[in-house]
Amino acid sequence: MYRYDEFDATLVKERVDQFRNQVERRLSGALTEEQFKPLRLMNGLYLQLHAYMLRVAIPYGSLSSKQMRKLAHIARNYDKGYGHFTTRQNLQFNWPALVDVPDILDELAEVEMHAIQTSGNCIRNVTSDQYGGAAADEVADPRPYGEMIRQWSTFHPEFSFLPRKFKIAITASDNDRAAVRVHDIGLRLHKNDVGKVGFEVIVGGGLGRTPYVGHTIRSFLPEENLLSYLEAVLRVYNLSGRRDNKYKARIKILLNAEGPEEFARLVEAEWAQIKDNGIDLLRAEISRIQNYFAPPPFEKLAVESVEMNEQRAVDGDFDRWLRVNTVAHKISGYAIVNVSLKAIGGIPGDITDAQMEAVADIAERYSHDEIRATHEQNLVLPHVKKGDLYIVYKRLKAACLDTANIGLVSDIIACPGLDYCALANTRSIPIAQRISERFANLGLQEELGELKIKISGCINACGHHHVGHIGILGVDKKGEEFYQVTLGGSGGADASIGEIAGRGLSSNEVVDAVEKLVAFYRHAKIPNERFLDTYRRIGAEPFKEALYAAA
Amino acid sequence: MKVITGNRLSDGAVVYLSGNDQWATRLTDAAFFDKADANSVLGAVQIREAEIAEAYLIEVGDGGVLAGREALRETIRKTGPTVRSDLGRKQEFKQ
Repeated sequence: MYRYDEFDATLVKERVDQFRNQVERRLSGALTEEQFKPLRLMNGLYLQLHAYMLRVAIPYGSLSSKQMRKLAHIARNYDKGYGHFTTRQNLQFNWPALVDVPDILDELAEVEMHAIQTSGNCIRNVTSDQYGGAAADEVADPRPYGEMIRQWSTFHPEFSFLPRKFKIAITASDNDRAAVRVHDIGLRLHKNDVGKVGFEVIVGGGLGRTPYVGHTIRSFLPEENLLSYLEAVLRVYNLSGRRDNKYKARIKILLNAEGPEEFARLVEAEWAQIKDNGIDLLRAEISRIQNYFAPPPFEKLAVESVEMNEQRAVDGDFDRWLRVNTVAHKISGYAIVNVSLKAIGGIPGDITDAQMEAVADIAERYSHDEIRATHEQNLVLPHVKKGDLYIVYKRLKAACLDTANIGLVSDIIACPGLDYCALANTRSIPIAQRISERFANLGLQEELGELKIKISGCINACGHHHVGHIGILGVDKKGEEFYQVTLGGSGGADASIGEIAGRGLSSNEVVDAVEKLVAFYRHAKIPNERFLDTYRRIGAEPFKEALYAAA
Repeated sequence: MKVITGNRLSDGAVVYLSGNDQWATRLTDAAFFDKADANSVLGAVQIREAEIAEAYLIEVGDGGVLAGREALRETIRKTGPTVRSDLGRKQEFKQ
């Protein structure tokens, strides 16, 4: 993993000291809330319904055991014993007191963590494919590029006052695990005809009130030109993006107003001006950063573990967990373990202090001290020996972290909604809980296969409802909660924006509606067909009919 | 009728302006104002910057029951997340 150098450490320390002084001045009344609000937001501190909320960055989703233990320590000593993993690979604390926040930030700085780039109209914390350095199908490790982008973007003077927030995501495989087509800039690592590593650059995707799938403005960008090209895109946006209306200020609006070809031309013209100005890293510097992410000392192991196969033969639950929650590793004899934060009936993304410590202990002992956070609000242990999988499973089970539902109907993304969020119109979490309970049977869930339900409590779409196979958007109708269902969305390589199915449903109706859609899918599917593929094959109408048919 | 609510500056806790011009953590201790008075009182408390992060008016009906379009939001602010029976006003805040 990357280790802070003296520049990183100084930068973070200075920012904490600066914020401590600002908090003192706010508490004395010397700063008004109006003056203080932009300052606290620059440090990831929001005011929500019940309390402040602190959003901590986990750059490119990578955590060590020590960092996870620190998050547990903060949850226990400064908060109410838990944290919430978000769709941006951040962790949110829901109850910190303003008076404690400078101390919390000092504690985070001790383990090279902070809340910089988690709010405001800057380049936000870069998100990444969670299987970096581990997945069998990866083209190259995405984390060094994530780190390069972090170093380039943090406090970038030219891009600290953008028209609006700006989100960059990287995926390392054709199997998009970072939703790159619905980000301001999505980067897909791939190799060109001569085997050189580079990026497909996708711009102008996004969710919120105006959802768009992004456009590829460059099909191959050599890796060494990453930063100068990103800078060219940001320059075009910074200059021409609208500032008169915050709802029209994201890059997706600019790109679609100009048209993708014209936008690409503007970027290429800008790039031609700046590409030789020394923005790009020298080969030696790229190698230096890549060396931080050198593979851990993997053992030479047989592809299969005899021991594991014996254990799965006698423990059916372990067998299911292996099938559903583990993924092929690039190294023989190893596996990637997904840790579901979607217990049946639980709160998506929530994790207690004790569970954080359990994950940290397991990662330290069995996964080369590495943990990843995913944009689907789960965790990953990237490097587990197959022979250790049973003990890892049992230890996760002891911590109630063994739900075998990754990618299945109960692996629901949900925003905090009106239970916590000051922007929300409706609650999201109770809908997720009730759907999860309705489909509690894990055997049935596995039989249904990949089915992504995503729930947002308002049009800002933090719950990614537009790209749910089944999306649910909460809307307020004269003070009552209603839910609009969208169908056929995808945040993957086959990205699409879901279509609205019809009239809004009451909170009582919406869980039944999901059940009806799933029942119809089971009836209409051909063998081995995912919900999304059945929907795409037969179209929206039969699903809508099933959804709104009289009971 | 109106009540003035806000979030306490030091910890963000939900508070209501009480009859003795203090910030109370229970809605039952809140002072009620009619529409005309509410705005001028709000103006006067909004400048008490060292006490609260923000303050605004909410609607209450007979007996101080939360009412109007924001009733659900304000009910959740009053009692805490509906998905955690152990958190919010059901237990006291750390001071």
